[in-house]
Amino acid sequence: MPTSLKINGQAHSVDLPDDVPLLWVLRDELGMTGTKYGCGVSACGACTVHIDGEAVRSCQVAMSDVWGEITTIEGLGTPQNLSILQKAWVDQQVAQCGYCQSGQIMQAAALLAETLNPSDSEIDEAMQGNLCRCGTYPRIRAAIHQAAKDMGA
Amino acid sequence: MGRIKTIARRTFLIGTASIVGGVAFGAWYVSRPAPNPLLPQDGEAAFNPFVMISRDQITVIAPRAEMGQGVHTTWAALIAEELDVDLDQLTVLHGPAAKAYYNSALMGEILPNRGYDRSDFQHRLGDTLGQLGKVLDLQVTGGSSSMKDGFVRMREAGASARETLKETAALRLGIDRNTLKTDHGAVIAPDGTHILYTDLAADAAKIDPIKVDLRDPTKWRLLGRSQPRIDMVGKATGTAQFGIDTRLEGMKFASVKMNPHLGGAMKGFDASAAHLMPGVEKVVNLGTGVAVVATNTWLAMQALEAIDFDWGAAPFPPSTSDMFDTISAAFDTEPNSTMRDDGDVSTLPEGAIEVSAEYQVPYLAHATMEPMNATALYSGDRLDIWAGNQGPTFVRDFCAQAVDLPADAVNVHTTLMGGGFGRRGEFDFAVLAAKVAKEMPGTPVQLTWSREEDMGHDMYRPGAMARMRGAVKDGQAVMLDGQIAAQSVIQSTLARLGMPSGGPDKVHVEGAFNQPYAIESFRIRGHLAKMDLNVGSWRSVGNSFNGFFMESFVDELAHAAGRDPLEFRLDMARAEWAPAAAVLEKLRDISNWQGQGKRGLGRGIAMSYSFGTPVAQVIDVTEEDGLIRISDAWIVADMGLALDPANIRAQMSGAMIYGLSAACFGEITFTDGAADQQNFPDYDALRMHSAPRIMVDLLETQDHMGGAGEPGLPPAAPALANAIFDLTGKRPRRLPLMHDFELML
Repeated sequence: MPTSLKINGQAHSVDLPDDVPLLWVLRDELGMTGTKYGCGVSACGACTVHIDGEAVRSCQVAMSDVWGEITTIEGLGTPQNLSILQKAWVDQQVAQCGYCQSGQIMQAAALLAETLNPSDSEIDEAMQGNLCRCGTYPRIRAAIHQAAKDMGA
Repeated sequence: MGRIKTIARRTFLIGTASIVGGVAFGAWYVSRPAPNPLLPQDGEAAFNPFVMISRDQITVIAPRAEMGQGVHTTWAALIAEELDVDLDQLTVLHGPAAKAYYNSALMGEILPNRGYDRSDFQHRLGDTLGQLGKVLDLQVTGGSSSMKDGFVRMREAGASARETLKETAALRLGIDRNTLKTDHGAVIAPDGTHILYTDLAADAAKIDPIKVDLRDPTKWRLLGRSQPRIDMVGKATGTAQFGIDTRLEGMKFASVKMNPHLGGAMKGFDASAAHLMPGVEKVVNLGTGVAVVATNTWLAMQALEAIDFDWGAAPFPPSTSDMFDTISAAFDTEPNSTMRDDGDVSTLPEGAIEVSAEYQVPYLAHATMEPMNATALYSGDRLDIWAGNQGPTFVRDFCAQAVDLPADAVNVHTTLMGGGFGRRGEFDFAVLAAKVAKEMPGTPVQLTWSREEDMGHDMYRPGAMARMRGAVKDGQAVMLDGQIAAQSVIQSTLARLGMPSGGPDKVHVEGAFNQPYAIESFRIRGHLAKMDLNVGSWRSVGNSFNGFFMESFVDELAHAAGRDPLEFRLDMARAEWAPAAAVLEKLRDISNWQGQGKRGLGRGIAMSYSFGTPVAQVIDVTEEDGLIRISDAWIVADMGLALDPANIRAQMSGAMIYGLSAACFGEITFTDGAADQQNFPDYDALRMHSAPRIMVDLLETQDHMGGAGEPGLPPAAPALANAIFDLTGKRPRRLPLMHDFELML
C-alpha cells in the first residue's frame, strides 16, 4: 500500500517497502537530491531533514515511521529566495565542497528555531553530529551567529 | 648545450621515466596546437577551448576538478579579468575530456630540484616540461598546480577573446578597434554605444582570434581580491549537482561489493536470495565482486548484504604489524633515492650532541564526504559517464577499455565533487559503473558505493616510517640524516595507469629533502617497501608524512640544543631562503609567540615547504577535564601571489583541519588484508566542538607562484605533536595521537 508523506508542504504518495529509509525515498524516488547520503549510520549528519521541525537523520527513519511533516533543504529557501540562514551561509562564504552543507544548514535551522541567540558552546553542542571533511567549521559558526542577528535575536 | 643535456638526462631518472619517455614524440608534437574540443552551434563562437559565447550566454571552461577548493571561481576570474565580464555573467563548466585541457604545470614538478632554490632558467625548463602534459593528455587536477597552470594561459584566453570581439564590433561600426573599450560583457564605442558580446558572437566566429599582451597587474579588478564563489548559492540551497545527484530518465540505482581482502579473487558467490529481494533488477558479476542493480540505491545495498561470497585472500602481508615489518625491513635495502646529500653525515663535529628518533604514521583513507559513485549509459556504440573526477582523460580511456569501445566513443561529464583529496584522481569508480552499464544497454545506471565500501576500497595513503639522526652544537643544527620508508605512491599510481616506473622517487621524500633549512650536513634517503596493495595520492602526498617526520625531529633538535623552537628554525631558514624566514617571523608576531613552557598551555610550531609554498603554523592545546583540547591555531603562508585571499585562507584552514583530523584519529589497519575501519564511527575527524579557532595570514614575498590546496596540511600534525609535547613532556612519535594521549573527541 502506498505511503503518504508531506514534504515541504506538498503531499506525496510513495510505493516502496516500508523499511526504506526516508533519505532514499527523497533522493531516488522523489528526485530531491539536496539531502545527501554520507554514512548511512547517523554518524555524519549529511542527510539531516526536519520532521515537525525537529532535526533528524533521514538515513535512520524508515519511511513508514515518519511521524509528521517533512522539511528538506529544498523547502528552506531557493536560489532566488534564500532564507535568512542560507543568506548568512552565502555572506560568510561557508561552503567548500558543499556536500555536507545541506545537513549543516538543516541542523543549524533547528538550533535557531529553539535557541534564538546560541552561544559558541550551544553551537558546539548542536552541530557536533555534523561532519565536514573540508573543515568549514569556523565559517559555519560565523554564519549561525550572523543568522541569529539577522533574525533579530 | 652541455647544461641542458645534463639536466635533461637527469630528468629521465626521476621515478617517472616512463612519462618522460613521451618526449620521443619530438618537439613538433609538443608545439602542435591541441584541437579545440568545443563544437559551437550556429550563432555561437568558441574563441578558444576556454571561452564560448552564444546569443544568450558567455560560457567558460574550467577543466580543473571543483572539489571544494574553489578552483572554478578563480579559474573563471583569470579569464574574466581580461575578458571584461563579471563573474556572475558567466556560466562555468568542467568541459569534456580533451587534449586541450592538459595540465601545463604538473609535469614541471618532476625536476629533481628542491623547488625554492630554482633559478629562472629552471623555472623555464619546468614550463617546457609542463608541455609534456599535452603530449600525454594529462588533464589532471593535482599537485596544487591549477593556478600555476592557468595563470597565464587563461588570461591570454580572455584577452584574445576580448580583442576578437572588439575587432568584430570595429568591423560592424566601421571604426578602428583601438578606439573601442570593453566593460561588463559589452564593447563600448566612442559615442557610448554598447554592443553586448552575445550580440557579436555569431560574427566573431568568422574572424581569426587576435593575440594581445596581458594587462599589467596594477589594473586588475578581480585578481588579488576575494570573490564570492560561483558555486556558493547552489551549495547553500541543495541545488548544486554532485555526481551522486545525477538523475536521468529511466535511471536505475546500483551498489557494489568488491572483495574486501584487497586484491584477492572472488572464488564464488550465491545471489539466489538477493534475486528475490524487492526492487532488484539485475546481479552483475564484476570478477572480483558483484553489483546489484535495483530501483533504489538502498534496496541494492540490502540485496548485496544477502549475497554469500567466497573471497580469495589478499596478496599482501595479512596484518598491520606484518606490513610495518615489511616497511621497516626496507631501511636495510639500498636507498631508492638520496635527493639531498650536503656535507658529510658520517662524521660528528667535535662536541656535538647527537639525537636520534624513529617515527611511524599509519595508512589513511581519503573519506570524502560524497562516497565514490558514477553514473553510466551504454548504448552499444557510445558510453556516457557522469562522475566527479580529477582526471577526465584517464576516466575516458579506462572506461573505453572496460566496455571495449574506442576512446572517442566515451563522453565524460565531470560533475561537482563532494571532496577529492586525491581519491578522485583514480578511475576505479567510473570503470565499475561503465561495466555495470554495459550489462544494461540503453538504461542509465548510477552506481553508488556504500560508505563501508568506500572506506574499505580506497587507494590509501601509505603507512610510513622514518629513522632520523641529527646533531646540534652551540645551539645550532649541524647534522640531519633521515631515512624514510614506505610503499611508493608514484609506482603504485603509474602501475594502475599501465605505465612502468623506475628511478629515484621524488614524491616519496618531498617535504623532507627539500625543506628550506641550512644544515651543514643534511642527507635524506628514501627506501621503498614493496607490497601488493594499492596506495595513492592523499592531500599533499609524500609531504603528508614527511612533514610530520621532519618537523617533529627538528623540534627534538631544538630542545636538545636548548633553543626556542621558533628561533631555532628561523636561524636555519634565514640562512637558506628568505620567504621561509618571513613566514616564521610573521607567525611569531600574529601568534604572539613568547616561547613555550607556560603552565596549562601547550604551544607547538612547525613549518613545511610544499608545492612551492612555505606554510608555518602555531597550535595551542589546553587540558580540560583531563582531555587535550586544540584551542587555537595560527597559519602564515606565502604563495607569491594570492589570487583570491579569502578562498586561500579557507584552503589553509581546511587543510589544517584535514591534517589534524588524521593526526588525532585517522588510521586504517588491516586484518587478513581487509581494512578494519568501515565508517565514520571508526574513522572520526575533528568536528565543530573539537576544531580550533584559526587565524590565517598571507604573505606575498616570493617571486614564483606556489600552490594553495595542499601546503596547509603538512605542518598541522607536527605543530600539534609539538604542542602536546610542550603540554605533557611526552614526545609523540607515532600517529594517530589518540593511541597515546587522551584527546577531546
